[in-house]
Amino acid sequence: VTIPVEKVAGPGRKNKAEFQWSEEHAPEDFHERLFELEDRGELIVQRVSGDCVEVPVKYGRTKKVPIGNTWHHKSCGQCGHIPGYSTAIFWVNRKLGIEYEDPRDQTSCTAWNYYASATSNAAAQASVALRNFAAAYESGNFPIIHCGTSFGHYKEVRAELLAHDKLREEVRAVMDALGKPLVLPEEMVHYSEWFYAMRHEIAKHQVRSFDGISVTVHPACHYYKLVEGDAIYDPEVYGGQRTAVVTSLVQALGAEVRDYSTWFDCCGFGFRHILVQRDFTRSFATQRKIKRMKEEADPDVTLTHDTGCVTTLDKSQFAARAQDPEFATIPVLSEAQFAALAMGAHPYLVCQLHWHAADYKPLLEKMGIDHERAWAQFEEATARLERGEQQYLTWEDTDV
Amino acid sequence: MSATTLSTPVRSDSAAYKLGTTYPDVPIEEKERLFAEVKADERYSDYLYGCYECGICVAACPSARYYDFSPRRIAQAAAREDAELIYQQMQEDIWECSQCFSCLRCPRGNNPGGIITIMREVAVTNGLQSAKQALRGYTRIIYKIMSTGTQVSPDMLQADAFPDWGPNVKEVSDKLAVWRRALPPDTHHTTTTGWEVSTKTLVELYLIWHKTGALDMIAELDASLHSLLEEVMEDLLDEEGYELT
Repeated sequence: VTIPVEKVAGPGRKNKAEFQWSEEHAPEDFHERLFELEDRGELIVQRVSGDCVEVPVKYGRTKKVPIGNTWHHKSCGQCGHIPGYSTAIFWVNRKLGIEYEDPRDQTSCTAWNYYASATSNAAAQASVALRNFAAAYESGNFPIIHCGTSFGHYKEVRAELLAHDKLREEVRAVMDALGKPLVLPEEMVHYSEWFYAMRHEIAKHQVRSFDGISVTVHPACHYYKLVEGDAIYDPEVYGGQRTAVVTSLVQALGAEVRDYSTWFDCCGFGFRHILVQRDFTRSFATQRKIKRMKEEADPDVTLTHDTGCVTTLDKSQFAARAQDPEFATIPVLSEAQFAALAMGAHPYLVCQLHWHAADYKPLLEKMGIDHERAWAQFEEATARLERGEQQYLTWEDTDV
Repeated sequence: MSATTLSTPVRSDSAAYKLGTTYPDVPIEEKERLFAEVKADERYSDYLYGCYECGICVAACPSARYYDFSPRRIAQAAAREDAELIYQQMQEDIWECSQCFSCLRCPRGNNPGGIITIMREVAVTNGLQSAKQALRGYTRIIYKIMSTGTQVSPDMLQADAFPDWGPNVKEVSDKLAVWRRALPPDTHHTTTTGWEVSTKTLVELYLIWHKTGALDMIAELDASLHSLLEEVMEDLLDEEGYELT
């Protein structure tokens, strides 16, 4: 793949005539080893079957992203603290008429805890991953992973299992005890890759114009830094030099992506730090990310595609504002919530923005959403629950 | 681990020193034993290929900006097999790492963050002071993930636990039960877990913690947490007809 230099942003790149993926520096394609182990009868490879979209990944390779019959591997941080994140993912699927499964036979990947405390080991982490993959396989649906850390960790687990015979044997013994087969999916698929693959279809269903909405994008570390080859890189987006997820969707929806210098920096989540040492997290998130974005790009919203990043960038701003009234905040959403809003989703009944901390109301106003009316509708719906007229709200209740 | 009464070798310019952290010095043989445990991990050889000393990992590292911490020092100490320095890092440095893996930008293909993951595991398994100190206040999270299969739950959003997240936390906490019932996916109506996890799934998870030794790792870190987890897991496994051998 040759990429014209004008596609490559940044003054440092202007002295280059062109950019080419280097086969010489490309890591091995994991598929070869995966299928070799399948041929030897060591494991089952769950294939991407049915409709899928072939998307570009690093080094000019491609990856198959299934459209439907997906098994949604949820994120504990999303479901627990930012529930509009997972709800928006499901809502967009439903709006596009796509069949999916939201399983109860699923645990967290447990990697947040592992990266925070190391109170686990390689065999346990791989067993947790393979138990979930076996559950997806048994359901007949293909796993699609909501959390960036789960996605990155599972890519790590895959690499370790393919490389180390002893680890594979340890995990096989555990799976045998559970009565489950050793299954690895043909592709590890993150939900933001599904949104990349479906971005034009999503744009066809857009009912709110995002013309005039400016966006900064924070790419999630564990999505593209862990097992770096296996992430979407599109020559048409950043000249293929940064991951194209999130940005490509924003462009498809007609909003303006604005750049800033610290895009490569992590958000400051830190796994352990966000829970018990937040002075670091707050400082990094506000000084290295939010403040830089504001000074260099002044966006209406910043979008990202991972649990920890939304949490960190959103929640860290209150203390910075309390300490400095001049600190300018930026609303933080996942691109799934952004896409859902474009498709007409309710900001509270679907996107659950009342769980977010940074002020998002100016953004809604710019999108042409009457947030006061929307909040009144949400309160009316929850009043029905409190009066006992309904036990739960359903998807039907989101169409108001 | 056999601790001695030698004075604490904390560097006077380190964060650990400023925080008044102390830990026991141990004989060199003990330091070498701990390093041997790190090296024995199957992943270790995938994570270390030597070091150019270029500092790209440090430039990319968020923790290096705010702590006296350097992923380059971690890779170099490991490459030199400096057991003395590695012990010091296990006591003073490794818990500063953000585990973001920005250091994977290394042109040699080193993975300092991965080496740290292994060093942390060894610190936990051996009950090192740094692990106990770094994870003080964190044990409720370990309990949550190991006992429920989801790491953070809605009911953890309490104003006194997250005062720096602003008044929104209190509002969520006050309205939690009804706001969870207002979520359209029917797996999301829970307050003590991120989503509804089936009993069968939980049984399988408990078996994994038992069979891989992950539960045993907690014993060195926090004996009472270990007992509590063991009891919770054994009760469910017993109820569901599983006998641990």
